[in-house]
Amino acid sequence: MLLSNALNLAATMAGLSASDGFEPPTIGEFFPDAVFFAGTPFALNRIMLIRILIMVVILVLFSLWTSKFRKAYKNQQFVPSRFQLMGEISLNFVRKTIAHEQLGEKDGDRFLPLLATTFFIVLGMNITGIIPSLNIAGTSVIGLPIVLAVAAYFTFIYAGIKKHGAHFFKLALIPEGVPVVFLPLVFLIELLSTFILRPVTLALRLTMNMVAGHLLLVLCFSATQFFFFSSIVEGFTKAFGAGTFLFGFVFSLFEILVAFLQAYVFTLLTTVYIQLALADEH
Amino acid sequence: MISRIIHSEAVPNILLPATPDLIWSSVVFVILLTFFWFRVLPNFKKTLDARTDAIEGRLAEAERISAEAAKQTAAMASAQEDSRAEAAAVREQARAEGVAIIAELKEQANAEAARITATAKAQIEAERQAALVSLRAEVGTLAIDLASKVVGASLQNDKVATNVVNDFLADLEGGKQK
Repeated sequence: MLLSNALNLAATMAGLSASDGFEPPTIGEFFPDAVFFAGTPFALNRIMLIRILIMVVILVLFSLWTSKFRKAYKNQQFVPSRFQLMGEISLNFVRKTIAHEQLGEKDGDRFLPLLATTFFIVLGMNITGIIPSLNIAGTSVIGLPIVLAVAAYFTFIYAGIKKHGAHFFKLALIPEGVPVVFLPLVFLIELLSTFILRPVTLALRLTMNMVAGHLLLVLCFSATQFFFFSSIVEGFTKAFGAGTFLFGFVFSLFEILVAFLQAYVFTLLTTVYIQLALADEH
Repeated sequence: MISRIIHSEAVPNILLPATPDLIWSSVVFVILLTFFWFRVLPNFKKTLDARTDAIEGRLAEAERISAEAAKQTAAMASAQEDSRAEAAAVREQARAEGVAIIAELKEQANAEAARITATAKAQIEAERQAALVSLRAEVGTLAIDLASKVVGASLQNDKVATNVVNDFLADLEGGKQK
């Protein structure tokens, strides 16, 4: 509601109103009609199809890289080809820069499957927001961020319990050195922040970034369309279209940055949560 | 516009996932997690580990070779040292032997000289004896001749003559000794 209000406001500020033939984007953007299996729990709309497409792209790309790895291993060929090196750099970004940096080599490699999967899913799904003809991020509908956040949630709880047993909850909820008077309050705050807000913020941060990015781009480009081609706009006013187009172009570039950044942030936070669960003190 | 959103029942809440959304998200996630877990990452790690091993192996090999070279150099140096010491020993022995040979030769020469001297002395003594004997015989004959002439008497009796000569000579020697 708030979001559509804001958009309405933006449209009004641009000197337009909905009745003038300009269609500002709505959150309906994120709920397109089902293409296949409509009405069933397996209904596939455009965004779900984009997700499956990206999944296939990731499967193909990493299969190619994996076969390169296998071949290199089999032939004892230790100088990677350029293509293989790209795969190594991608995977090492997650492995070294995120996992090893936060968790150390042993635990880093232990949790690498989840972290790598999370990173490449989020990155792949984010980037579709600016790919022409796809034009919407696979992560802009909350289902996928929720699945990833839940996976992160259970993983860090698993990591904590595996390391500390039931003691993990005491470590997480009752920090040492807190005066007894404040303990109930601290307990509540820790409970809220660790076990409720963490997954919620993970999922929301990602979704809202993608939603906002998408709406901004749609707003810019549909305004451009309106200024250039609407019969209501005449003469000099059409020049506004160039401005909105430029704005949209710059924001497209910005969205690339956001796509990488959000993938990095999501994975890094997952790692940090695991690291905190493994730590001996909080 | 607000009213349009409110009244359009088709627009769901953006914060609540629809069932298909969750299902397809889970499918994508599970497939990719499995893929990365059991397919991509093991191979990736294997390749990296093999590369690390290879690099470390080559480093170790290089280290081994250089150690071996150092050992060989040391062995060569010690062999050189040995042969030098051996040469010195040989030289020393030769010198000692030379000294011994010279000493022996010197001794031999001394002995030879002594022998020659002794021989010479013996010869001289023998010659002296011979001269003495011959002189005695000659002196005897002369004395007899002389006495024969002086005495006129026949001192042909050998026995008497010889006694006379011998007495004479004994007197001579006795007188010489006195």
